[in-house]
Amino acid sequence: MAGSLIEVDGVSRVFSVGESSVLALRHVDLRVDEGEMVAVMGASGSGKSTLMNILGCLDRPTTGRYRLAGAAVETLDDDALAELRNHVLGFVFQGFNLLPRTTAVENVTLPLLYAHIPPREARQRAIQALRRVGLGDRLEHQPNEMSGGQQQRVAIARALVTSPRVVLADEPTGNLDSRTTVEMMTLFQDLNDQGMTLVIVTHEVDVAAYCRRILTLRDGRILSDHPAAHVSARDDLARLPAEEDT
Amino acid sequence: MKLLALVRMALGTMLRNKVRAALTVLGVVIGVASVVVMIAVGLGARSDIEAKVENLGVHMIVVSAGSSSRGGVSGGAGSFNRLTVDDAAFLAKEAESITAVTPVIFTMAPIVGGAGNWRAPIQGVDACYFTIRAWEAASGRLFTDEEVRTRRKVVLLGHTVAENLWPDQDPVGQRIRLRNVQFDVVGVLAAKGQTADGSDQDDVVLAPYTTVQTRLAGRQFIAQILASAASKEAVPEALAEARTLMRESHRLSASEDDDFTVRDQTQMAATAKATTNTMTLLLSTIAGISLLVGGIGIMNIMLVLVSERTREIGIRRAIGARRRDILLQFVVESVVLSGIGGLLGTVLGFVGSAVVGRITGWATEVAPATVLLAVGFSMAVGAFFGFYPARRASLLDPIDALRHE
Repeated sequence: MAGSLIEVDGVSRVFSVGESSVLALRHVDLRVDEGEMVAVMGASGSGKSTLMNILGCLDRPTTGRYRLAGAAVETLDDDALAELRNHVLGFVFQGFNLLPRTTAVENVTLPLLYAHIPPREARQRAIQALRRVGLGDRLEHQPNEMSGGQQQRVAIARALVTSPRVVLADEPTGNLDSRTTVEMMTLFQDLNDQGMTLVIVTHEVDVAAYCRRILTLRDGRILSDHPAAHVSARDDLARLPAEEDT
Repeated sequence: MKLLALVRMALGTMLRNKVRAALTVLGVVIGVASVVVMIAVGLGARSDIEAKVENLGVHMIVVSAGSSSRGGVSGGAGSFNRLTVDDAAFLAKEAESITAVTPVIFTMAPIVGGAGNWRAPIQGVDACYFTIRAWEAASGRLFTDEEVRTRRKVVLLGHTVAENLWPDQDPVGQRIRLRNVQFDVVGVLAAKGQTADGSDQDDVVLAPYTTVQTRLAGRQFIAQILASAASKEAVPEALAEARTLMRESHRLSASEDDDFTVRDQTQMAATAKATTNTMTLLLSTIAGISLLVGGIGIMNIMLVLVSERTREIGIRRAIGARRRDILLQFVVESVVLSGIGGLLGTVLGFVGSAVVGRITGWATEVAPATVLLAVGFSMAVGAFFGFYPARRASLLDPIDALRHE
């Protein structure tokens, strides 16, 4: 039987703060299959960031098992985790997290350089990724010369450039206005339609509605896990008033 | 990530913050510049001393009256003076690796003439003395073999003596009196300056040894024999030969110690060289310390850079950088910074050396090896002092780093 892309079994995460310890995740079980588009919701402190860090191989579970694309993450060393982050995962953050004073192309090239792809080829692939997110005309722009939506597109291109198995997005629309949010979700839905697996952490119900499945966390436990409306973001975008020239 | 990409990245980071980069490398620039200057000065001083040693004479060998030792009690140098003019003649006749030999007879006498009187060592020498010591007349002429053989009362004045007795006038053709004996001044010697140990070589009067022996010293024994080896390479051979011949001349049996000493200039120069070496070492150490301080400056800035760029480190880790990629990135940045500092420092060192050379008159040349050494050393300093900050960066927890504001 072929396993799921993401297999989380009885994962707990305990943080020690001085004498006391905080239970951020309590025995979480989760399966995410190839091609899914999952929204992870929950109030702050519900453990969704901790779950995201563990899914992103930035953190390890205190107890329990986590298999990502067949690899038992808890047994891997630091270098192997870095390789997973590079090859299997793509990250999109709320604050974009682009390198300042570095052009869009250079930002997107970076993961490929860590994968030891020759610079010339890396640049070509970066340009392709930027075209894919609709930024073919912003290649040499630096982050401070771009709007928030454009910066987030660069971040998405950076996440996509290594052809990962899953993209993890942590509040990707948190810093964007409502129109740009819908634009961003259109892009995510397009990517999902092309087969990309997406896990999106959000606290916005609207954003979650664009996904195919909604996972709600509370106090470190999964409160609910059910299919979402999967509203078409493109249709919503069409209904919005035309963009003013800015 | 490939090294070239890392270097390019490091240069990019530098260019984004030019002023800070410039101030950071300033310490290394000054350190390297002083190292380069100090080495150049040291080498300059050494070649200056070598020139002074060469100035003493051409492949010169000195035979001096040695110590006598009777019943195990040494009488000290010169305690048993048996050097004679005959020894010098024997050396000149028999030695194959020696081209010229002169006896040197020392005496002290008041010199009266010109402006008044003066007191200087008077040396009785053969005509070939001038060849051995590579000494020429600044005015007038040297005395000849003929004049030595015929015991003529002629003298050559050292520059200092001439200056004192005839401050405004060329003394050639004048007369002086040495212990009431009249001598003709036939020439003034070219100024030779001080020896490495600081004695004035120009404070001297030279006369034919035959004349000095009969008219002034009245002694049979002489203080020194000077000789020239055929070539620089022949000096060790000439030393050995001189010793053998001297033993022969003195009819010493195999069980008897030498009653003379044979030395060459390398021995004379050794002390002077040792002093220069110590000075050079001292100066270089100080310069090295300033390079070290420059390195600490780099470490300081690298630590600031690491904490400033914590978030960047988090991002890089999240997109797949391993700890060692981060470590390498910051070490390379540090090495690039200090390497550029080293290059600038070398350039500054060239200028500094030229200035010092002009002031001291020493040949302060910057050897190519020095440049390599300076740049290489500064890069090593960068790697050494960059390692700790880089390691701190590589050990940052990616989650904490990403949250860092």
